[in-house]
Amino acid sequence: MTASPEHFVDFQNVWLAYNDELLAQNHFAVEDINLQVKQGEFIAIVGPSGCGKSTFMKLTTGLKKPSRGEIYVDGQPVNGPLKISGMAFQSSSLLPWRTTLDNVLLPLEIVEPYRSNFKAKKAEYEARALKLLQSVGLGGYERKFPWELSGGMQQRASICRALIHEPKMLLLDEPFGALDAFTREELWCTLRDLHAEQKFNVILVTHDLRESVFLADTVYVMSKSPGRFVVKRDIDLPRPRDLEVTYTPEFTHIVHELRGHIGAMRKDGAHLGQ
Amino acid sequence: MNQKQLETWAPWGLLIATLVIWQAACSLFHVSEFVFPSPLRIWEQMVEYRDVIAGHAWRTFWVTMVGFGIAIVVGVLLGFVIGSSRLAYAAVYPLMTGFNALPKAAFVPILVVWFGIGVGPAILTAFLISFFPIMVNIATGLATLEPELEDVLRVLGAKRWDVLVKVGLPRSMPYFYGSLKVAITLAFVGTTVSEMTAANEGIGYLLISAGSAMQMGLAFAGLVVVGAMAMIMYELFSLVEKHTTGWAHRGSQNH
Repeated sequence: MTASPEHFVDFQNVWLAYNDELLAQNHFAVEDINLQVKQGEFIAIVGPSGCGKSTFMKLTTGLKKPSRGEIYVDGQPVNGPLKISGMAFQSSSLLPWRTTLDNVLLPLEIVEPYRSNFKAKKAEYEARALKLLQSVGLGGYERKFPWELSGGMQQRASICRALIHEPKMLLLDEPFGALDAFTREELWCTLRDLHAEQKFNVILVTHDLRESVFLADTVYVMSKSPGRFVVKRDIDLPRPRDLEVTYTPEFTHIVHELRGHIGAMRKDGAHLGQ
Repeated sequence: MNQKQLETWAPWGLLIATLVIWQAACSLFHVSEFVFPSPLRIWEQMVEYRDVIAGHAWRTFWVTMVGFGIAIVVGVLLGFVIGSSRLAYAAVYPLMTGFNALPKAAFVPILVVWFGIGVGPAILTAFLISFFPIMVNIATGLATLEPELEDVLRVLGAKRWDVLVKVGLPRSMPYFYGSLKVAITLAFVGTTVSEMTAANEGIGYLLISAGSAMQMGLAFAGLVVVGAMAMIMYELFSLVEKHTTGWAHRGSQNH
């Protein structure tokens, strides 16, 4: 099999066991994943804790290699860390000794081609970082240290750090999980606007079904042990979506439907556990 | 006086109270100065022998600083190695723990055989006793990186070296400065202990010779001087720590 050019991310029968011992026992963290994502598509992956969502992220970024199957991103087989991607996690993991601006600039000190001319073009990169910070509502906070920012602001800065090298793909692992409901909804809108403007691919891993339905073009439901994709749901709500959409019957209907899938899985899991 | 001022002056208050009680006890019960000298007597002896004490104190001070300097270099290098490689950590750490459990005073006779009486054993004892906390703290700072942060950087193609330099080392700086405070006081212990048996100069030597001449006031004066030197260096390093790694101390006691 080869990469299909129309798909930006292409998983073909991907299996992963964390080590050889587990592989020999046929014990896989994720099983038989087939996934095709279009250029610029926003997908969300939902599922119970410990179902292999984070493993999936590691596969996509090339931090882990699949035990079986093939992964292509942007037409290329994934063999190692994928520099065209940016990541953000539930904890913002900003460096406390760097200002917000310097935190956002960190990837440019590491990734090529920026790394080799970082000193020469620092002013230009700073301007870019400032613009990005401005666009997420952090204008004026660039000289503050992370601990001087609120949780929501830290998370905005963390997303800026993931986007500063203009990645083609943004991977978010429960990025809003630790925030209060209002801040979370604000950040949904920030992410929505960034995505609409820059057209990068997004893979969002989340527990929050409303979040997944509000933001994504396609929602995948993952089951726990074995970690498989069990449901693919296209979200056909028109864009741009306003927060108001979350109070419409269509929206609620989709959330309910997804909730049903997860509820059914949890019941099965409990049954198996007895 | 508010709470903060009170906290600042509390150690001085306690010191003065201790001295007053000590003096009162010695005067009231007529304690012999050959057994337990009063603070006034110690002060008199300190003034009387100020040149002698200053000479020995200077010797102890520079010897300690040389030993401490070696301890920083070796401690940082070893800490860097065992903090950045799991294999090195597994290999070195148990042996180092065993080594650290040995009483360093026991090395002095061996060092005398190797280097003779003088600065050699004192410098090395100061070094041996004080490099361990530095090494452990650097290693801990490096080994406890958040895995998420490492992923963020590795995805960008960061090499292990990049992660260590951009994140590991700055992150371990508060641990490092914290360890310097502990290590400098230990280094003074090492020097003094070594000088007691293996030198003809230094506070340790002064303590032994004053003790054998029954000059208890002078011996106590020596103790006071070495304690004061250790405390001053400790305060100096906490000042450096606060000014260089303020980000690590935010919110704690309004530093």
